Amino acid sequence: MSKIRYSRRSLLKTGGAAIAAAALPAPMVWGQESKNITLRQFGTGVSNLNEVATKVKEDLGITLEMTALDTDSVTQRAATQPDSFDIADIEYFVCKKVWPTGNLQAMDASRIANYDQIVGIFRDGKLTPESEIAQGTAPHTVGFVDGPDGTEFVDNESGWMTLIPTIYNADTLGIRPDLINRPINNWSELLNPEFAGKASILDISSIGIMDMAMVVESMGEMTYGDKGNMTREEIDKTFEIFTEAKKNGQFRAFWKTFDESVNLMASGEVVIQSMWSPAITAVKSRGIPCVYQPLEEGYRSWGGGIGLSASLSGMELDAAYEYINWYLSGWVGGFLMRQGYYSAVPATSKDFMSENEWGYWFEGKEATDTITSPFGDPLAQAGEVRDGGDFYSRMGSVACWNSVMDENQYMVRKWNEFIAA
Amino acid sequence: MSKQITAWLQAAPIGFVLLAFLVAPIVMIVIVSFWGATEYSIYPAFQFDNYEFLFGSPVTYTVFFNTFKYAFITWAFTLVIGFTVAYFLAFEVRSLKWQVALFLLCTIPFWTSNIIRMISWIPFLGRNGLANSTLMSWGVIDEPLEWLLFSDFSVILAFVHLYTLFMVVPIFNSMMRIDRSLIEAARDNGANGWQTLRHVIIPLCKPGIMIGTIFVTTLVMGDFITVRFMSGSQRANVGRLISNDINLLQYPSASATAVVLLVTVLIVIALFLRLVDIRKEL
Repeated sequence: MSKIRYSRRSLLKTGGAAIAAAALPAPMVWGQESKNITLRQFGTGVSNLNEVATKVKEDLGITLEMTALDTDSVTQRAATQPDSFDIADIEYFVCKKVWPTGNLQAMDASRIANYDQIVGIFRDGKLTPESEIAQGTAPHTVGFVDGPDGTEFVDNESGWMTLIPTIYNADTLGIRPDLINRPINNWSELLNPEFAGKASILDISSIGIMDMAMVVESMGEMTYGDKGNMTREEIDKTFEIFTEAKKNGQFRAFWKTFDESVNLMASGEVVIQSMWSPAITAVKSRGIPCVYQPLEEGYRSWGGGIGLSASLSGMELDAAYEYINWYLSGWVGGFLMRQGYYSAVPATSKDFMSENEWGYWFEGKEATDTITSPFGDPLAQAGEVRDGGDFYSRMGSVACWNSVMDENQYMVRKWNEFIAA
Repeated sequence: MSKQITAWLQAAPIGFVLLAFLVAPIVMIVIVSFWGATEYSIYPAFQFDNYEFLFGSPVTYTVFFNTFKYAFITWAFTLVIGFTVAYFLAFEVRSLKWQVALFLLCTIPFWTSNIIRMISWIPFLGRNGLANSTLMSWGVIDEPLEWLLFSDFSVILAFVHLYTLFMVVPIFNSMMRIDRSLIEAARDNGANGWQTLRHVIIPLCKPGIMIGTIFVTTLVMGDFITVRFMSGSQRANVGRLISNDINLLQYPSASATAVVLLVTVLIVIALFLRLVDIRKEL
């Protein structure tokens, strides 16, 4: 199947369509007709990369117009400007806000060639049959609806998906080991007075609140019923602790965009903060030591997926399915995994990564040679292992998922108070 | 055609433009400010919830206080600096050629975007930034000054940097209109430099100062990007409150805040205009 990557279209031209059709049994039209189709995609900067657009043009002939926005703007656009996009690359927890608007259409799982190979987290919620499902808006809880026009989420694999999972990761704190000089093992360290004026969290409420909860629980101040669905009392108490820390000058700044987090860390303004994996990569590629620190309490996880605009139909809809199948067929997965994310179908990504890369990123093995980012910057030398180990120990230690709570509006108001305090 | 109709016709294009792009949106904002919102939608209603919450929350008062604080301090600095620069250009520089050249020099920073000018302060003021390392190498300080960046100081510094020109231009313009013989007369009558400034130049510059003041205060009160970047998201003014609400799809609540802000700004401007009759002075 990996042959397809070399030249899907030349295969078609030379009568190899049969092979392709056998490999990808979904009822779709490869190639020719989609040449002139333009699909407008938007999403966060993590996965809306020009490289993907270039590659999809090369492989399928589809023109992909990408717009990268921050998490809040993505939600806003998906919910309020339904005609401004064909494909929404959004995060799972956002589904709760976007799906009820009716701007997206359910996807027919039977048209997804690699559906069976999608990791369990996105299907029944279980990474392995034994694993426990973490708190928060776990992707499978908002991943399916009851039919093509379904409005309610269902908790089984109904065959109608809200999003096709594309990318996900387990997040934790980033630290500057050279400026901290001691092991960091717990989320509570974020509020350790030792780092007063040198800590930061992100100013995106729905994600920040989860980090806060991890910290509060780790401090032993409170145990939440469900971190992903707090009561008003829990929200109040959480903000009380963080507001006090803020007033005591614990935080240097709050960040909202990827670049801000990179700059804060690289310039040494901050030595410990919530951070995203590729931001760590970006700091490291500047030659500055930075660790994505695994913590005892586990990770705060997130997942992203591709949704189809409700107004998509006919040839455009076919092209979108074609694009999705291409997306899951490995090239993008490899590209994303080489930045430290995980692909929804890891098995296909393997074909697009070297053995060394696969071993380092997925299996948690020692690098046998220099590991470089997809952009060519060296990230790790031979002998180094990935922070947090292999796929199963990382994704298996997820404590909670980014979420939208029932008390979201209340939480958001409290968040504003926190920022203004 | 009667004169009146001609006049109406002449005014019509700008009238329509203002109606469509200024009045209509504001009316819409006022209407939406009474609506309700869910997590993902807004629904028409007539309720005071948004205002109730706004006026009931202590944050609102803090944030409005911050907005005024930023506006006032920025105004004071831009006025002093702007007036001095304009004075130098208008009265100290003798040749028109140099006046024009130096005036253009003042506008050079505006060739790059607002945001870039603002963000360039961040590496300069940072913990390991240029300012701190210079001060440390001079032996003025032993430890980096933390308050240089991500503080009220850096916010106001950026505001002053960004908006001083809006003070310079109108004041310079008023100064250039002052009849030089008035200054000569003052001197002939025995006024010293300070007295001339106080009794002749400043009163004659009032419209310029007022226009500059309106520019600076409205700009500062509406600006949220500067506050966000320069305070590292640690401070908030009303603009940030609105932008947070919009980000979280709380349009009615954002509208209510915007209406209150608009009313506040209008009141402030009305007060200014009572102090100086700009129309008469122009």
